[in-house]
Amino acid sequence: MNMIKQSLCNFISWVDARYPLLKTWNEHLAKYYVPKNFNFWYFFGALALLVLVIQIVTGIWLTMNYKPSAEEAFASVEYIMRDVEWGWLVRYLHSTGSSAFFIVIYLHMFRALLYGSFKKPRELLWCTGMFIYLTLMGEAFFGYLLPWGQMSYWGAQVIISLFAAIPIVGDGLAEWIRGDYVVSDVTLNRFFAFHVIAMPLILVGLVFVHIISLHEVGSNNPDGVDIKKHKDKNGIPLDGIPFHPYYTVKDIVGAIVFLILFSLVVFYAPEMGGYFLEHANFVPADPLQTPEHIAPVWYFTPFYAILRAIPSQLWGVIAMGLAVFMFFLLPWLDRSPVKSIRYRGYYYRIALTAFVISFVCLGWLGMQAATPMYSWLSRLFTVIYFLFFVLMPFYTSIDRDKPVPERVTAP
Amino acid sequence: MKKIIFIVFLALSSAGVIHAASTDTRGYHMDPDLSDTKSLQRGARIFINYCLSCHSAAYMRYNRLGKDLNIAENILKDNFMFGTDKPGDTMNVALRPADGEQFFGVAPPDLSVIARARGANWLYAYFMTFYSDPSRPFGVNNLQFKDVAMPHVLWELQGFQRPVYKTVTHKDGTITRVIESLETGKPGKFSAEEYEQTIYDLINFLVYLSEPAKLKREAIGVWVIIYLLVFLVVAYLLKKELWRDVE
Repeated sequence: MNMIKQSLCNFISWVDARYPLLKTWNEHLAKYYVPKNFNFWYFFGALALLVLVIQIVTGIWLTMNYKPSAEEAFASVEYIMRDVEWGWLVRYLHSTGSSAFFIVIYLHMFRALLYGSFKKPRELLWCTGMFIYLTLMGEAFFGYLLPWGQMSYWGAQVIISLFAAIPIVGDGLAEWIRGDYVVSDVTLNRFFAFHVIAMPLILVGLVFVHIISLHEVGSNNPDGVDIKKHKDKNGIPLDGIPFHPYYTVKDIVGAIVFLILFSLVVFYAPEMGGYFLEHANFVPADPLQTPEHIAPVWYFTPFYAILRAIPSQLWGVIAMGLAVFMFFLLPWLDRSPVKSIRYRGYYYRIALTAFVISFVCLGWLGMQAATPMYSWLSRLFTVIYFLFFVLMPFYTSIDRDKPVPERVTAP
Repeated sequence: MKKIIFIVFLALSSAGVIHAASTDTRGYHMDPDLSDTKSLQRGARIFINYCLSCHSAAYMRYNRLGKDLNIAENILKDNFMFGTDKPGDTMNVALRPADGEQFFGVAPPDLSVIARARGANWLYAYFMTFYSDPSRPFGVNNLQFKDVAMPHVLWELQGFQRPVYKTVTHKDGTITRVIESLETGKPGKFSAEEYEQTIYDLINFLVYLSEPAKLKREAIGVWVIIYLLVFLVVAYLLKKELWRDVE
C-alpha cells in the first residue's frame, strides 16, 4: 500500500514539475474560497455545466447516426429512435437537455438579478455570461432545424426571413444565410456544421473564460457582501469555505435532484405536452405546405412575442435585438450601492417582479396565435420589459436601500 | 424552495397536458394502453389489412413488431406479412407516391409517427366521424378532417353514417345548415360497440407504432429514478456530515 502511495506521489510531482496540476487544483477547487451562505439559487451554475456535458456527450452519439441531408434527416432521426440501441434514450436526453439548458440558464440569470451578481467587480463576468447565452440561442436555433420536421423547417424559414427586414442588404443577407432561395438541403448542411462544431467550440471557450473570470473576482452571495474584506491571519476569508469538498458535495446533491426531475421528463414526458418536442415536428418538412400555426420553442417565445407586438417588421426585429442587448447594459444601468435584493428598497423589488411577470407572460403570448387582444397585451408587457432597463438608473438611485451587514448572514 | 420549484414543475407539466388535449376532438377521448398486448395485436391486424395497402410505416420493421407484440415469427410471416417482405424489412407499400397522388389527389402519408403528430384523440374522432356525402369523390366526408381525400376504408365494418342537419340563424339574419350529429345509415358487419373497440385497438396500435421505445422507457424510468433516490440519500448524508463543521 505504502509503495503504491509513494509511486503515486512521485508521479504527481513528476507531472507537477512540468504542468501546474496541483496549482490548478488548489486555485480552482481545494483552495478556492467561496462564501459559506450559498442558497438554492446557487446550484444553477454547476447545473448548467452538467447540462453542457450531457449535451456534448449525447450530441456526439447522435452525430454517429444522424444524416444531415434533406432526403434522409427525418428518417435518420426515426432510425435513431427505433433501430439504434438506446438511440431513443440518447435522443431524448439531448432534446430534453436543450430545454433544461434554458431553464437552468434563465434561473442562473435570475439569481444574478436577485443578488446583484452583475455589479462591480463582476461586469465582465456578466458580459461573458451574456455571450454564452447568445451562443446558446444560436446553438439551439441551428439544432432545431436538424430533425427536419415541419416546425424545424418553417421555424427556420421565419427566423431567417427576419434578416430580410433589414433595409437594402436584407434580402441578400437572408439568401446568404440560407445559401438558397428557400430553406433547403444546403441550409441543413451548414446548420449542421454550426450546430456540431462552430457553436459548441465557441460555447466551451466562453464557459472557460466565464469560470476563469469568476474565480478571479470570486463568487457573490445572497447578502451581496464582499467576503474578502474580513480575512484571518492566514489571508483566508472568515466567511469563506473551500469549494472542494464543501460545494462539490453540495452540488452533487443538487445535481441528483436535478437528474431526478430530468429523468421524469426523459422517461415519462419527453414531449412535455408539445413544449419540448412540438407535435407538428413529427410531420416531415414540406416546403410547399405551411403549418397552421408556427411558434418557436418555448425558450424563444418571449422575444418572439416582442417581435410580433410591433406592427412594423423592421422595428420588431430591432426591438427583439434590443430586448436581448439590454441585459449587457445592466452593470451600468444599476446605480444602487447595494447588490442583494435583501437590502434593496421597494422600487427595485417592484421593478424586478414586474419584469419577471412580463417575461413569463410574453413567453406565454409568444406561443399563442396572434389575436388583437393578445397583441395589445404583448405591447403592454413589452413596454414594462423595456421600462425595467430604461428607468433603472432613476429608480435604483432614489431607492430606499437598507444598511448592508459587514459579514454574511443566513443562506 | 425546492418544493416550490417542484410544484411549479408539476403545474407546468399538467398545463402542457391540458394544452395538448384542448385541440378540438369533438368530445372524443381515448386512453391508449400499451400494456394491453391483445389490443395491440388486434390493432396490428386491422392496420395491416386495411391501412398498409396504401399507407406505409416505413420506419417500422416487421420483426420488431413481432418481438414487441409477442407474435411468433411463423405467425408473423403467415398472417401479418404479404408479398415478398422479409421479417427484417420495414413496412413499405407497393403503391408509388405518384400513383397515390393520381388516385386520391394526395399521396397517402406514411403512418409511422402519425399518432405523435395528430394525437390519439384526434385519430379517434377522425375514425368515428366519416359520413355519407355524395358530393365527394369517394362518397364520404369527415367531420374531423373536412374534405379528406381518403375513402372510408372501414365502411364494411362500420357501415355508413348519415349526417343530421340543423338550421342555425346567425345574428345578421342569415340561415345556414350545419351538421348536428351523425346517425347510423347503412349498417356494417360490426355493432357500434364492436366498431368502437376496433378503432380503439387500431389507434392503440398507432400510438405504439409511433414510438415503440415507449414500452421500454416507461419500464426503465422507474429503476433510474429509484437508483437516483438511493444515490440522493447517500449524497445528502455525505454533505451533512462534511458541512457539520461549517455550521
